Amino acid sequence: MSTLETPGGGRGRLIEEAARVRGRSLWDDARARLLANKAALSSLIVLGIIAILALFAPLLSPYGYDEVMFDRITIPPDFSRAHWFGTDGLGRDLFVRTLHGARVSLAVGVVATLVSLVIGVAYGATAGFIGGRVDELMMRVVDVLYALPFIFFVIILVVIFGKNFILLFVAIGAVEWLTMARIVRGQTISLKEREFIEAARASGVGTFAIIRTHILPNLLGPVVVYVTLTIPQVILAESFLSFLGLGIQEPLTSWGVLISEGAINMETAPWMLAFPAAFMAITLFCFNFIGDGLRDAIDPKTR
Amino acid sequence: MAAFVLRRLLIALPTLFVIVTLAFFMMRIAPGGPFDGERALPPEIEANLKAAYNLDAPLPEQYLRYLGGLLRGDFGPSFKTKDFTVAELILTGLPVSMKVGAGALVLALFFGVLLGTIGALRQNSAIDHSVMSLAIIGITIPTFVTAPVLSLVFGVYLGWLPAGGWHEGSLGALILPWIVLSLPLIAIISRLTRTGMIEALRSNFVRTARAKGLPEPVVVIRHALPAAITPLVSYLGPAAAGLLTGSLIVEKIFALPGIGRYFVDGALARDYTLVLGVVVVFATAIVVLNLIADILYGLLDPRVRYS
Repeated sequence: MSTLETPGGGRGRLIEEAARVRGRSLWDDARARLLANKAALSSLIVLGIIAILALFAPLLSPYGYDEVMFDRITIPPDFSRAHWFGTDGLGRDLFVRTLHGARVSLAVGVVATLVSLVIGVAYGATAGFIGGRVDELMMRVVDVLYALPFIFFVIILVVIFGKNFILLFVAIGAVEWLTMARIVRGQTISLKEREFIEAARASGVGTFAIIRTHILPNLLGPVVVYVTLTIPQVILAESFLSFLGLGIQEPLTSWGVLISEGAINMETAPWMLAFPAAFMAITLFCFNFIGDGLRDAIDPKTR
Repeated sequence: MAAFVLRRLLIALPTLFVIVTLAFFMMRIAPGGPFDGERALPPEIEANLKAAYNLDAPLPEQYLRYLGGLLRGDFGPSFKTKDFTVAELILTGLPVSMKVGAGALVLALFFGVLLGTIGALRQNSAIDHSVMSLAIIGITIPTFVTAPVLSLVFGVYLGWLPAGGWHEGSLGALILPWIVLSLPLIAIISRLTRTGMIEALRSNFVRTARAKGLPEPVVVIRHALPAAITPLVSYLGPAAAGLLTGSLIVEKIFALPGIGRYFVDGALARDYTLVLGVVVVFATAIVVLNLIADILYGLLDPRVRYS
């Protein structure tokens, strides 16, 4: 304590000075770097707009997403009747359907990713923490599952469980956890052996405090980055399944379903493909930029 | 080296075994059977059919029989495509799928490495940014959008290439499927190459090569490039998986007679043996490619020990 005494101003001034300097945690730094990244920041804004549009979709248009109007079949974008994106083959308003598709696609992306996050973190952390034979066995299982092209797995799962909305989330999530498990395991193993953990332990920090203040923040970085990169993969996987007719069923819709319908009617009604495809591409684009930006922000070494 | 290959094979075989077992039992948990139709069959006929295809035996016995058949190279009969065995169906489809997949892989490697190198050499320039934006577009626009759009533009509007169909494997029929399948791979490969190249260009051996007066193209091609693309080798396995997944879409949209379409149709129709057969072929392909990748990696990077 007394070492803080210095000749010029004494202890009081040092403390005063220390109080004026705002401490910056790892995460403050990371946030500052992320917000300085123009691509990531604009992606965040665009994604926010899409999410808000999807959320308030029913308020933005006079039409319902499953409202069939037989006198308005396949009309191109028409502002006078509030069909901003035109209508589809059943006379349903494409603007509303695209935003409802956004709801489903984003929900699938987030929920399935959460499923994969829970399984992957639990599995990877267990394997990494226990180590030895158990670790080897658990990772061998992951290797085996890796060798099966995941989409085939999902197709079989969908066939088993039927075309069920919620099970689709779980099925995709249950297959996407493999990489997460590997990342978390690798991190846990390398962290366990690091000097700063040893130092913390030597200076008498409790196990729980070590996990909370040292292991978790270091684990969180790669996990957060991978989560933002998993969401677009899951959205793609869902749209892939919907395109094959195995995903979301009518009258519910997703970008995959809309793109599939659009591809069929591409020649006569190009807007049916253009709008949903553009929305999906922009969303995936944003997620990828945010993921890259997060990686640079959290781990500046990789730049 | 030989011991390493042997050990990897010893891991690969159980891997295949587990995959077959998983797929077999997962298919059977699914409700419904191959003989469900619009009208229910009379029980006697259904029983006869099941007996003919050995579906009335207890599940473990069916499983052992199937495994025994596989070991002899017998994939069993197809339930839906009458008078054809699964092996026959796969043998007619496999050359098509392989031709499409291999072509796409070559195309992806060539353009991916080229674009990635260009991006790395002009790091943070306008060229670099546009190449990397193109790469992200390649990742974000799914195959099932690029395939119909390209087919419409080049097949229907311009009429330069067939919009679909196999046409006895003529080059024209292959070009569009190749492009569509390779786009996502080009995107990933160019990003991997760019990262590797930037790292290689900063390394000491490149500085040495420059210091001794080698012209820049030689430095890049002979010294930096091999180091930059070594990490690509380990991407071979995932790339193959991506090609197989993409083949489901591409074969459907371009109406190609490959084995990808058997999988979805077979799963929907509960054609157990056909689905299993395709899974076995695909899983084998991935396991073999991973093995090749591991071996190649060691050959290219002497620091890797075969242990």
